[in-house]
Amino acid sequence: MAPAIQLRRVTKRFLTPKGGVYTAIRDLSLQVAPGEFCALVGPTGSGKSTTLALISGLEPPSEGEVEVFGKPVTGVGHNIGYVFQADAVFPWKSVLDNVAAGPRYRGASKREARERALDWISRVGLAGFEDRYPHQLSGGMRKRVALAQTLINSPEVLLMDEPFSALDVQTRTLMENELLQLWAASSASVVFVTHDLEEAIALADRVYVLTAGPATVKGNYVVDLPRPRNVAEIRFQPRFDEIYQEIWSDLRDEVLVSYERQKRIGAA
Amino acid sequence: MSVRSASALPEAAAAPERAGGRRALAARRRRLMVNGLRLLVLVVWIGSWELTTRIGLVDKFFFGMPSGIVQRLWTWITEGTALGPLWEQVLVTMEETVLGFLVGSVLGIILGIALGRNRLLADVLSPYIKAANSIPRVVLGALFAISLGLDLKSKVATASILVFFVVFFNAFQGVREVDRNLVANARILGADGRRLTTEVIIPSALSWIAASLHISFGLALVGAVVGELFGATEGVGELIYNAKNNFDANGVFAGMALLAVVALVAESLITALESRLIKWRPNPVTDVAI
Repeated sequence: MAPAIQLRRVTKRFLTPKGGVYTAIRDLSLQVAPGEFCALVGPTGSGKSTTLALISGLEPPSEGEVEVFGKPVTGVGHNIGYVFQADAVFPWKSVLDNVAAGPRYRGASKREARERALDWISRVGLAGFEDRYPHQLSGGMRKRVALAQTLINSPEVLLMDEPFSALDVQTRTLMENELLQLWAASSASVVFVTHDLEEAIALADRVYVLTAGPATVKGNYVVDLPRPRNVAEIRFQPRFDEIYQEIWSDLRDEVLVSYERQKRIGAA
Repeated sequence: MSVRSASALPEAAAAPERAGGRRALAARRRRLMVNGLRLLVLVVWIGSWELTTRIGLVDKFFFGMPSGIVQRLWTWITEGTALGPLWEQVLVTMEETVLGFLVGSVLGIILGIALGRNRLLADVLSPYIKAANSIPRVVLGALFAISLGLDLKSKVATASILVFFVVFFNAFQGVREVDRNLVANARILGADGRRLTTEVIIPSALSWIAASLHISFGLALVGAVVGELFGATEGVGELIYNAKNNFDANGVFAGMALLAVVALVAESLITALESRLIKWRPNPVTDVAI
């Protein structure tokens, strides 16, 4: 069976506004099995978001191959879901219309889209807020809208770019647990980008550590903690600590490299 | 102890209410003071104008005088103007302004969005648009008076060309400033090019466009009046032109007052339209701050 996501020796370069070339990713290879929850961790500016953009088809790779379910990615795929780091819900649409947008764009009738949207709104715990606009909601609620908006399309590949980084700690733990429940009810393969190693271990089956940019895979670790997990409690298991120590020793060097580099840029 | 707490409780509950009442009172007092001061400014301004012209310190032949302006307006209203009934003149100017505003803003919105969406078109046309924008377009009114005649068409053309550029640049910029995350999100959710334009680009550009409509209605009025000055048979601009030819300063001021009333009414209509169009925005513009 083909892996859900396969990146083979992928390189991505961008032109900078000054005309230079910036390499975000170099020679990166990784693989995500169907139904696997996979986390990417790495220091800031290490090309994690770029990796997601390549898998989603929003950006083409400069070199190498990107495949989703054995097929090369040539554009935005219909089986992809993407939860962005920044708020990406449409501010001029109500909660209902935001969630119904995906089915509407994919050709569902107005009534069908509405019914499915109502179902998803209640699944993410926003029943009663259908007519609100995003600016009337809290950050956590807006993230729920984004989740419902993405999951309503039943994506086979779910990409998440630090989705909870802007939330306070309590809301964050709550959302992480809800994400795990929603994911367990689906069969989606997930790539979850974060710079928070604890979050990565608590959620994922496998953690990829990326090097300081240009990013490549430094190592990958299987997280063999049992499921279903409670994110709030799993951090107290001894095995969690062991895995954390193991990955952190790898990650620390990269964080230091990235930190030194930023200091140099700051001093220059 | 229990007696004290029992008597203290209702007092504590009443305290925030009283504080709220005090705040409301202070706000009311402030509003009253602002309005009072506004009235004072008006009285001082009009009064000193009237006084200085009446005692001859300022020549009323050149500067008019408030009582004269009111009298002129009253004559226009009751006996009609030299060009016919007053309401006809106002109506003509309104018609020119509204038509010019509509034509200019519709063209501006369409072309702004088209160029904002099409990089090649934007790159090809940008030097010409910049050049066209840098010339004082009001003088085109003279050209239109020659080519389109002295009736409605030439004024509508002058008004719409003034409106067009303001709305165009705002629509164009609005399209360019669309949040890339929103575009990416819509694409992932399955939006095609057309949906992207109607569901993301246009709503997002709408707040830019709406802001430009405020300015451009005023410009449409300027266009219509200038068009009338270049040659017309009726309208408030023509009324002002006539007054000028008769060395009637009061008539010029009376025309200006009419235009100010028209502009203020239009401004409030556009604000209402704006808050309907962008009701999703956290703080819709309810008042124009200066």
